[in-house]
Amino acid sequence: MIRRALVALGLPAVLIVLWWLLSANSTSFFWPPLSDIVAAFPRTWTADPIRNDVLPSLARLAAGYLTALVAGVAAGTAIGSSRTLRSLAEPALEFLRAVPPPVLIPVIALFAGYTGWTAKVIAIALGCVWPILLNTVEGVRSLDEVLRDTARSYRLGRSATLRHVVLRGSSPLIATGARQALSIGVILMVVSELFGANRGLGAAIVQFQRGFAIPQMWTGIVLLGLLGVTLSGLFRLVEHRYLAWYRGLRQAERGV
Amino acid sequence: MTPTAALDVAGLAKTYAGHGEPVEAVRDLTFRLDKGELVCIVGPSGAGKTTLLRCVAGLLETTGGRISLDGAPVTGPPAGMAVVFQEYGRSLFPWLTVRRNVELPLREKGLSRAERTAKVDAALDSVGLRDSADAHPWQLSGGMQQRVAIARAVAYEPSVLLMDEPFAAVDAQTRADLEDLVRRLWRRLGVTVLFVTHDIDEAVYLGERVLVLSNRPTVVLEDVRIDLPDDRDQLATRSAPRFAELRSHVYGLIQLAKQGHRPDTA
Amino acid sequence: MTTAPALTAAPGAGRWRRPALGLLGAVVEALPRLAIVDERFLPPFSTMARALKGQLAVAEFWTALGQTLRGWALGLAIAMLAGIAAGVVIGSVPALRAVTASTIEFLRPIPSVALIPLVVLVYGSRPQSALVLVVYAAFWQVLVQVLYGVADVDPVIRDTARSYRFSRWAVVRTVVWPTAMPYVVTGFRLAAAVALILEITAELIIGVPGLGRSIGVAQSSGAVAQTYALVIVVGLVGVAVNASARSVERRALRWHTSVRRDL
Repeated sequence: MIRRALVALGLPAVLIVLWWLLSANSTSFFWPPLSDIVAAFPRTWTADPIRNDVLPSLARLAAGYLTALVAGVAAGTAIGSSRTLRSLAEPALEFLRAVPPPVLIPVIALFAGYTGWTAKVIAIALGCVWPILLNTVEGVRSLDEVLRDTARSYRLGRSATLRHVVLRGSSPLIATGARQALSIGVILMVVSELFGANRGLGAAIVQFQRGFAIPQMWTGIVLLGLLGVTLSGLFRLVEHRYLAWYRGLRQAERGV
Repeated sequence: MTPTAALDVAGLAKTYAGHGEPVEAVRDLTFRLDKGELVCIVGPSGAGKTTLLRCVAGLLETTGGRISLDGAPVTGPPAGMAVVFQEYGRSLFPWLTVRRNVELPLREKGLSRAERTAKVDAALDSVGLRDSADAHPWQLSGGMQQRVAIARAVAYEPSVLLMDEPFAAVDAQTRADLEDLVRRLWRRLGVTVLFVTHDIDEAVYLGERVLVLSNRPTVVLEDVRIDLPDDRDQLATRSAPRFAELRSHVYGLIQLAKQGHRPDTA
Repeated sequence: MTTAPALTAAPGAGRWRRPALGLLGAVVEALPRLAIVDERFLPPFSTMARALKGQLAVAEFWTALGQTLRGWALGLAIAMLAGIAAGVVIGSVPALRAVTASTIEFLRPIPSVALIPLVVLVYGSRPQSALVLVVYAAFWQVLVQVLYGVADVDPVIRDTARSYRFSRWAVVRTVVWPTAMPYVVTGFRLAAAVALILEITAELIIGVPGLGRSIGVAQSSGAVAQTYALVIVVGLVGVAVNASARSVERRALRWHTSVRRDL
């Protein structure tokens, strides 16, 4: 237990200490001493910027991401269940998925401008929806024929089949899509704030950079990094819980 | 003498349209199962046994003939029928525990929680899996997984139970145990069983009748009555002279079927 | 065992491709024409197509396309080399793998866009800015896949190679690399898509020369049809990147399974 903790924390600790020591006497404008960054952190991220920048950014991310999750799973299930729909939608989906999501922001701005919540939430949702949708389609489509037959022969109704068979059976792939979407969502959360006059976590960091408040800018980068790590940790926690059966199944299959 | 037919198949035909040439899998199959009978179907490889079973189960549309269950025509999966598939590993829901797998169809039937629990417990007891109720299917051996599938079918209380080569993928020892389990459950529950297999010994050992199929396009080659005593035993029954006679008779029929022998050309 | 012919025979998906894309074009044509959407925001498809055709005759367009592709390819190549090298080294040495696991898990989810202010300070809007972002984002995709791949090496085969006293390099070449190959190719596919996203983002946000910047310029100067035309081009570049990456992957996987069968 202690050994494992040492192995896990050893290298990060060494790296941080190295950063601290190597940057201690740094006079470079771009690379301030780590001690300065640490000292700047509580001064920079006080209650006011947290309330007015960080939390709104996170709320927009949550709104956009959850919208994408619901819409992507719903549309993906419909498209995955119908062969006709699939062959009609696939070429368009292929194209829409391949558009790098940040270019949607100027397009959305034509309709809704750059600064409003709607534009940003739509940008996040539109960026996140494709990996979720496409993975759901794939998950629904590749559902085992025998499981479908079983559900039919035991006369499971539409909603029970959807809930207990289709969605559960596709959940490992839905999770894969949701994980990809999460990192795209974070990117778009930041990028959507970098146009025009905006507020938010991403906008704040760029403001520091433009004002040459370098240690503050670094605290922002660190905060964004921590945020990314926390979100991915949370995701894994949820995934761990809901897909325990899938891990077991995979292990059992590999053991044979 | 004749009780009501549990399952009546008359002139069943199935042709797959496909992209190129249409494939005639089943041509004019006629047979009936009386209530409470255990009938096995054997045939050479590629005789369309699975096609037949999927048609009877209402999972596949027929191209001709009639199928009726307890007098009512089968157009989709009927209420009084349960199916045990060959691919046990793929017919159990891996995200549900054993208990929930057995329970799910009962919930759909609208039974109360207490009724469900009682039926699930009884079904798991009858296949000897009470202790594994909270395990997931993939934690169990192949034979145990197939027991779960059987328990699910038993708890559903069907009037006809279809079994599609259910023991093709388990080892010989387990297979013998499962065969005895099926005989035991059949006698206790009085359910009608249609058992598809490619194993001649298994068919003769289990059935009261064995329907031997021709090769494709499939028809019934012969309806063999198995006049072995009701109490069957892996050792005694299988070494009985009558068993050997029936077995070689069925074996001979299968050989004929493989050579393309058909009843109308007999 | 009897097998029913597959009921879900693969439909001729290609048969629908044209009508389906035609339908999309028709919808985009109809929405503004029927005044369901304001034409100033979404011009009819034919107008976009005309703008796209106009672009094809402009030298700056081709320059921008070239800049985008160059930045993407260079960043992807660096990320691939670095990711494969680091992955093989870390993956082959269990102690190294154990020690670095938590650090990799920590650094990987750090959003690459967090580095935008830093690269702007250091490089401004020069191509290096985009390169750093592209390499950082693509590197993790490759590294993680290579690590999976190296972990997938059959211990029996590895031990066999050891017992025949293969050199370390020979083990990497004959055992580790063939096993890890399909994972590397998957890493390539994922990295290729991410690299394009970051290249375009850097162009759009920082003003690094390329198609992304052209989109930003077109949008802010009110050239709506041109904006859409460029977005379509970027999408087509993305389709091409995905399609070619997948065909590379398919070929490598086929090679892999055939090798597997021979073992």
